[in-house]
Amino acid sequence: MQNADVKSEFYNGILHFRLMGEIDHHTAKAIREKMDEDIFFHRPKVTVIILGNLDFMDSSGLGLILGRYTKMKDLGGTLILQDPTAEIEKILRLAGVNRLIEIKQSDRMEEKQNEKRKDQ
Amino acid sequence: MKKEKINEMDLAFPAYSRNEGFARQAVCAFLAQLDPTLEELADLRTALSEAVTNCVVHAYKDSGGGKVYINVKLYSDRSIRMCIKDKGCGMAEPEKCMEPLYTTDQSGERGGMGFAIMQCFSDSLKLKTTPGKGTAVTLIKKLSEGNR
Repeated sequence: MQNADVKSEFYNGILHFRLMGEIDHHTAKAIREKMDEDIFFHRPKVTVIILGNLDFMDSSGLGLILGRYTKMKDLGGTLILQDPTAEIEKILRLAGVNRLIEIKQSDRMEEKQNEKRKDQ
Repeated sequence: MKKEKINEMDLAFPAYSRNEGFARQAVCAFLAQLDPTLEELADLRTALSEAVTNCVVHAYKDSGGGKVYINVKLYSDRSIRMCIKDKGCGMAEPEKCMEPLYTTDQSGERGGMGFAIMQCFSDSLKLKTTPGKGTAVTLIKKLSEGNR
């Protein structure tokens, strides 16, 4: 799959974005526009970007995340990243994003990874 | 064992941003014959993506004019040499462009991490650039014996 997509859900005052596919320079623009539209519509206190279903991300993805971090800060809210794959977490740490933005693993994701470990 | 070239590929395509995904898939499919680990393949894929993005965004200024040239060589000692070339604008200050967080972008949507990622995800990076003539980035990575 070469395309990227984002699904958003708003509940309990928290805006959730689930990213899918491959985020690169080509696909980042449409994703960014969709996310900003939702952020400005809902004006959430907290925005969560779920990265667990993302197949690929390069520095364009970093730009996308850092740009949304700035937007949320300007609105007086916070941004949280959830469930990055090992590959994506490597890029986040290289850029020092983990020092700026909270990264958390959901329980479901931890279970999944434990199962994987058992299988190996 | 003497290091010998065992295979080679060339790829050329117009610098359209929609070709970035294609370039990643084509090169990864070629690299698969060396049986890299998932992590090694992910690293090479990301490094390549940064190099191709630079050609599209910087060398040809998102105009879609000009071509991106990729050459990949595989060696018997499991090392890979990827060369990503363009005939675009070149860099007047390459040292500056390679600094982490340096970006020409004004919108705050690009991190300036392209070269840092390429350096971190490969064993060595060589940059040859001539203003007005173009740029060539050569990335070398030796694979572990991991999946063999």
